[in-house]
Amino acid sequence: MSPTAAARRAGPARNLLGIDDLGPDVASGIDEVMGLTDSFVEVSERIIPKVPTLRGRTVVSLFFEDSTRTRLSFETAAKRLSADTMNFSVSTSSVKKGESLRDTIETIEAMGVDAIVVRHGSSGVPRQVARWTDAAVVNAGDGWHEHPTQALLDCYTIRQHAGSFAGKHIAIVGDVKHSRVARSNVAAFTALGAEVTLVAPPTLLPPSLEGWPVRVSHDLDGVLPHTDVCYLLRMQRERMTEALIPSLREYTATFGLTTRRADRLPDDALIMHPGPMNRGVEIAAEVADRPGAVIVDQVRNGVAVRMAVLFLLLGSGTEWGGEDA
Amino acid sequence: MSAEDVQRATRRIAHEIIERNHGLADLVLIGLQTGGVPLAERLAEALVQIEGLEVPVGTLDVAFYRDDIGLRPVLPEAVTDIPGDLDGRIVVLVDDVLFTGRTIRAALDALADHGRARAVQLAVMVDRGHRELPIRPDFVGKNLPTRRDEVVNVNDDGVELGEMRK
Repeated sequence: MSPTAAARRAGPARNLLGIDDLGPDVASGIDEVMGLTDSFVEVSERIIPKVPTLRGRTVVSLFFEDSTRTRLSFETAAKRLSADTMNFSVSTSSVKKGESLRDTIETIEAMGVDAIVVRHGSSGVPRQVARWTDAAVVNAGDGWHEHPTQALLDCYTIRQHAGSFAGKHIAIVGDVKHSRVARSNVAAFTALGAEVTLVAPPTLLPPSLEGWPVRVSHDLDGVLPHTDVCYLLRMQRERMTEALIPSLREYTATFGLTTRRADRLPDDALIMHPGPMNRGVEIAAEVADRPGAVIVDQVRNGVAVRMAVLFLLLGSGTEWGGEDA
Repeated sequence: MSAEDVQRATRRIAHEIIERNHGLADLVLIGLQTGGVPLAERLAEALVQIEGLEVPVGTLDVAFYRDDIGLRPVLPEAVTDIPGDLDGRIVVLVDDVLFTGRTIRAALDALADHGRARAVQLAVMVDRGHRELPIRPDFVGKNLPTRRDEVVNVNDDGVELGEMRK
């Protein structure tokens, strides 16, 4: 870290690598982010949606895996806080020439960055990056592990539309096994008091669900009438070639939220999806456009939630977060 | 100052605002979170009693504009709520205590993001001195000379002077 960046920050960097990093009491950590998000939603609605809060700070996006929407969301959030942003595109970088991850991190750090937003296809990479740098590290999705800011923006969106989480029934439907979103969401939703049911074919569930505070069902039709939030996961086409499902058509027939199935949901139920959607596979095109579908709100809230996270890590000076990796 | 003194000072400031601006046309009161908000509301009530006209009241949280951000907590419950477009309006910023002037500097920056006001005036219940920036109030309830290490509290019971906790 550059001397100026080091001098600005009292104490070691704080990171958001998983939902547990929100502190020993996850629910109050989430509440803190939600409260700040309200303020940043107000900022985002202004004619000039920008505050000088992180002026002089630099946030770098380090994406080893394509994710345009998450990258743009973090970049917009950083810019609305007046931080400088850098983009490290792996496809045009020295990583292609064989540079190691550690050398990449040390090179970036030598430029004096304050936060590194990491997306990687392998679980645990952000935690490893946090060991090599004094900058704050934000996990923007790692392998099958976690995607904490997605969970936070989902929590915010549910709270915005449904109020409290206590007693709410949330169904997470689809490829839970390979989903970092599902892992972070289960941790966040249950910490806030919701009851979560995973709905998926056995081949798309993790081999062991020991320690997961969830129910499991293979019968979406049976679950839907008691569901307050139906959270659909993206069905990856390659799972078909891995023989985890017989065909996408069959998956849709059994686990897709078709128009007929969506009619089984209570009138005020929310339909959510982390995007990008496969319309016609896990969600019918017309269902995604229903009033209860809050998928666009999820994207909109994502910017304000990420502003809150960057602010808490870089600007607030308040105690937050658990482990300093 | 007793509660009655604060009430009288509020009424006097309301009269001064009307006098200075030749009425209440285009006027907006903006209370600074958190101490300035109740005072702005009381000023608006006084303006209704005197002139029979309602003046829009807004709130402004300057936490994200402070130059000492990171040294003080941000209060999620302290929200910014600006009533409409500020372009061409006369904004009266309202705060309970004027001290170093840094809050007001931050407020001026924040206001600029909500439009170009025709004029910005400053009303405070207590000016305790010790300015660090060239900022001067237009309307003052009471000039209260203080030591730097003293604390001034304005609440429903009036204005109290206390010792800063070491």
